Amino acid sequence: MRFLINSKKFITVSDILFKPLIILSFIFLLIGLTFAFFLSPEDYQQGSTVRIMYVHVPSAWLSLMTYLVMTIYSIVGLAFRMPFGFVVNTAVAPIGAVFTLICIISGSLWGKPMWGTWWVWDARLTSVAVLLIIYMIIIFINYSFENIQVREKIASIFILVGSVNLPIVKFSVDWWNTLHQPATISKLSKPNIDPSMMAPLIIMTVAFIFIGITIAILRIRTQIIIREQNL
Amino acid sequence: MSLRYQRLLLIILSLFFVLGATLLILFNTKENISYFYTPSELSSLNINLDKKIRIGGFVEKNSFNKVSAGDFNFKITDDINSIYVNYKGILPDLFREGQGAVIEGYFQNKEIFNATTVFAKHDENYMPASIKSKLENSGYWNKNY
Repeated sequence: MRFLINSKKFITVSDILFKPLIILSFIFLLIGLTFAFFLSPEDYQQGSTVRIMYVHVPSAWLSLMTYLVMTIYSIVGLAFRMPFGFVVNTAVAPIGAVFTLICIISGSLWGKPMWGTWWVWDARLTSVAVLLIIYMIIIFINYSFENIQVREKIASIFILVGSVNLPIVKFSVDWWNTLHQPATISKLSKPNIDPSMMAPLIIMTVAFIFIGITIAILRIRTQIIIREQNL
Repeated sequence: MSLRYQRLLLIILSLFFVLGATLLILFNTKENISYFYTPSELSSLNINLDKKIRIGGFVEKNSFNKVSAGDFNFKITDDINSIYVNYKGILPDLFREGQGAVIEGYFQNKEIFNATTVFAKHDENYMPASIKSKLENSGYWNKNY
């Protein structure tokens, strides 16, 4: 597993993994979309609008997962002076930002017909908006400094401060009254979703994870080169 | 302890404190962060009823009344207390008796609430339409949606 902390090993391993990952992303996305659009049933209340969930929920999960990865790499990078951690942080921030944006836009499109509004300032929606702003600030920081080592440290510290928002996003629906519904799938209880709707959701999540990793590999390799040139 | 583990400890401790501080602030402003009050919270909490507020709950069964097109009255309940609501406007698709809803507006007096906006609230249950009709036919449909 040393390729997760070492640039040279990462390049070797990602050479092997890259093509299979592209193929897997395509296959899972194709199966997932076929299920989401054609093979999954309509919801008893929402009708066809439920299909928005198959994009909305995976992108929401991925936006949180990406930030979690950045948080872990920030801790390790700062504590153990590991440059690869900073490289990953720089590389994946825009990926997380895009997933958050997809989540917000798809959620908005669902909210208009279902709730009767595009947007409300309840705890869940607001904390996700804050997550997007945090991602954007991280991206700005990554473009803002002459000295690459100063920039990496400041970005990592900001990521750590911003990670406070993660549990707030996740648990906002349980801690406060929100218009957003609470989590359907959690570890502690049986999910309140029919298997025929759970299947496309899981397949789409796997597809999103593969797509995310594929883009991350491309961006991390570019960042490794950029960092070597500028250092 | 080596320097790197000291740094690790420092980072994790500061994260812990920042998170703790943030959560303390958020939990102590709970009444302001909540998007709506339930009818029971309204009677138990000290809330200024002259201001615009939002109330959330279920639309009480057999309470929905269509006065004319675009003029409705119904009751919002949490099974303990309920509030009589007047609303002029368009209702969202999901709005129906037994369904969750959030209303925004002003109290006309202690009993009557004039809603300016109505949101339907969706719960965390997802079920194919075909299964619902099967459940209904076999008499197992008893959830309070």
